[in-house]
Amino acid sequence: MAFTLTVNGETRTADVDGDTPLLWVLRDTLGLVGAKFGCGAALCGACTVHLNGAPVRACVTPVSRVGARAVTTVEGVGKTPAGAKVQEAWKAIDVPQCGYCQAGQIMSATALLTAKPKPTDAEIEAAMNGNLCRCATYLRVKKAIKAASGQVEV
Amino acid sequence: MDGELLRDPTRRFVLKSGAAAGGGLLLSFTMAAEGNAVEAKRINAYVRIAPDGKVTIASKVPEVGQGIKTALPMLIAEELDVEWSAVTVEQALADAKVYGRQVAGGSMATTLEYDGLRRVGATVRALLIQAAATRWNVPVDSCETEPGFVVSGKNRASYGELAEAAAALTPPDPKTLVLKDPKAFRIIGQSHKSQNLDAITTGQPLYGIDVVVPGMLFATFVKAPVYGAKVASVDLAPAKAVKGVRDAFVIEGGTNLNGLLPGVAVVADSWWAARKGRNALEIQWAEHPTAAQSSAGFAAKAAELAKAPPQRTDRSDGDVDTALKSAAKVVAATYSYPFIAHAPLEPQNCTASVKDGKVEIWAPTQNPEPGRKLVAAALNVPEEAITIHLVRGGGGFGRRLNNDYMVEAAAIAAKAGAPVKLIWTREDDTRHDFYRPGAWHNLTAGLDASGKVTAWKDHFVSFGEGDKFAPSCGFNATQFPCRAVDNYRVDVSVMPLGVPTGPLRAPGNNAFGFVLQSFTDELAVAAGKDPVAFRRELLGEPRLLGEPGKGDSFHTGRMRGVLDLVAEKSGWGRALPKGSGLGLACHYSHLGYVAVVMQVTVKDGALKIEKVWAAADVGRQIVNPNGAEQQMQGSILDAIGSTLRQEITFENGAAKQGNFNTFPLLRMADAPDVEVHFKLSDNNPTGLGEPAYPPTPAALCNAIFAATGKRIRSLPIGDQLA
Repeated sequence: MAFTLTVNGETRTADVDGDTPLLWVLRDTLGLVGAKFGCGAALCGACTVHLNGAPVRACVTPVSRVGARAVTTVEGVGKTPAGAKVQEAWKAIDVPQCGYCQAGQIMSATALLTAKPKPTDAEIEAAMNGNLCRCATYLRVKKAIKAASGQVEV
Repeated sequence: MDGELLRDPTRRFVLKSGAAAGGGLLLSFTMAAEGNAVEAKRINAYVRIAPDGKVTIASKVPEVGQGIKTALPMLIAEELDVEWSAVTVEQALADAKVYGRQVAGGSMATTLEYDGLRRVGATVRALLIQAAATRWNVPVDSCETEPGFVVSGKNRASYGELAEAAAALTPPDPKTLVLKDPKAFRIIGQSHKSQNLDAITTGQPLYGIDVVVPGMLFATFVKAPVYGAKVASVDLAPAKAVKGVRDAFVIEGGTNLNGLLPGVAVVADSWWAARKGRNALEIQWAEHPTAAQSSAGFAAKAAELAKAPPQRTDRSDGDVDTALKSAAKVVAATYSYPFIAHAPLEPQNCTASVKDGKVEIWAPTQNPEPGRKLVAAALNVPEEAITIHLVRGGGGFGRRLNNDYMVEAAAIAAKAGAPVKLIWTREDDTRHDFYRPGAWHNLTAGLDASGKVTAWKDHFVSFGEGDKFAPSCGFNATQFPCRAVDNYRVDVSVMPLGVPTGPLRAPGNNAFGFVLQSFTDELAVAAGKDPVAFRRELLGEPRLLGEPGKGDSFHTGRMRGVLDLVAEKSGWGRALPKGSGLGLACHYSHLGYVAVVMQVTVKDGALKIEKVWAAADVGRQIVNPNGAEQQMQGSILDAIGSTLRQEITFENGAAKQGNFNTFPLLRMADAPDVEVHFKLSDNNPTGLGEPAYPPTPAALCNAIFAATGKRIRSLPIGDQLA
């Protein structure tokens, strides 16, 4: 059936089964491939997107449950003040190695900074612990979050 | 431009004129893509220069996160003499005839390309100078370059102006060119950022899994849990009945664990439909001779083999048995480590199109040429009919040195009659890896009254048949302290294995470092000596053990250099509170010498890694300090993750673990700060993707011993501290 979604501020429709995870609707139907498939079970965070600003794992979120909530992906998060700062810090610090998890890291970091503009180390670890990075770029992820929140110089 | 290859996946380099040899330098390429408003002139297979001076450099080696797409083009740009900001990097096609070795493996790219790619840049510079000298009618000797320009007296021309004339000239022999004095480097040795940062941070298409080809279908492929088992029977109808599923069929496959294995493919309009179709399949797998193998069985057999006389001896120096009889102290211990998976975050995937006898492949592979051979054999097409696009891989770690996903995608596309993107599930990826194999080391060493090591013996129990090891299951017997201890022996026994195994980051060494440096620590304790002082004595005078130029030769002075540096930086020897400890290890692999110190605290069975210090000697030049730090930190944290909790176990012939809940990766909260130092030495620059991994597990376990007195002899650490 056809679902109408608001994605990055635009109205999009997807004619898919209701049990299709939002991740695959974004990637295969709408052509937004920023959110990544890593585990399919909400275990790695690579697929993280925002629903009304809150981070969710798109790989286990059926499209039928999205409803009227606004979907924001890494392609659109730069339009928010926190998202723009996070992306800028990510580039300034050169966080990625393979880069595959980074869309999810950026989405979780943006949600964190929107809720807590100056997070402590413990708050960063708590918010980011569900986002796996197989290259283990964690030191730079943490530094970039502190840079984006104005707590360290780049 | 970030992500350009994938925005237009049909864009390709096409051979224009196949002139003579010369390391591919005489091959000229042109862009087949339309709409290139500015005609950029291709000077050789690596360099294209546009009239506005913008330079495009091809990176020959696949990028899987090791940063080679930055480091290699830097070498060319340095000698070409351009501003790095004027450079755009493109991934080269897989084409061994033009580019030679295109392998992201063995930490060998810097080692093998450091001279050659600088000469590629110098060749283009020489052609530009020649073109300028001809234009101005001045001697070549009167011409110099400034970044992006040739100058001679009052004459000055941009590379962009000269590119067309330069492209028409016959290149000089690269070997005759004089390279820059390193003191004049402007790009090499400076930190440069990763390529494709914009695409990564804004989610643009970039990875294998992002590839889109017109008319493409999506596929899943189910293989037997027992490696290589055939499909006995399958009811395809329920899968075909799923909405969106176009077809489902059996792929016969073969028996080679590195090739195309039997399985069932489901092809659909979307990957989700393919996955639902797959879930509807009822497959009966045929019986298979390895269906009874298990981790418990391997361990029992290993214990049996350890007690029996060894099957063979791979190295024997002096007389170990006599030396052990006269030793003041004998220390014996058995060390073991598990199978582990690579678990790159991007599951294996590949896109293939088979049409009119031609095959086009978009593969996140680390090693395209063996994949080309597999595909040629499976589809019965000539290798020349196969085009392989090297697409960025979401992590490699050695997993993508094998090309099973490539031949699967090609075989499914051929049968489906449409381009196909095959994507594995995470569980497929974990259960059908080429694992880092487990093994057992039964060690015995003798110390004399002064605490000097007089004998060292290892009965290595691993996998293989007859006198052959299974893939990546061998032990190179020249590992230190070989040649530093007079009486030294490596005995070997093997048992058969029906599990695919292969290289994982610092293959072999990633486990040997744990064993050798943990046991060395035990010997230091037995000798009553400080672990650093004990290692200094074992290394002895600075000298080369082995033959010059051989990969397994070992320079004791270079190891001493990093050992001393890391001891200094970590404040080795300082007093720590009860429950805390410093541990050290040093290991040579992939031509790099690395020493690591770790500080840990263990409280009520809970381990906290406080900090890591590392020192590396990879020669006289760090090409890209930014990337070097990333690889050092990444390797060390990777090793910490595997040491803490990772293990693949087998039951009924199959891997038990499937997803990240049972095969846990390191998380941010467990990642300590890693301080990285480099010791420059007058040796050729070598790679950094791997050598920091091997000393790390031992540094961690030695720190745990220092903190608690508990010696970890079997990995992972898991619940051993509880």
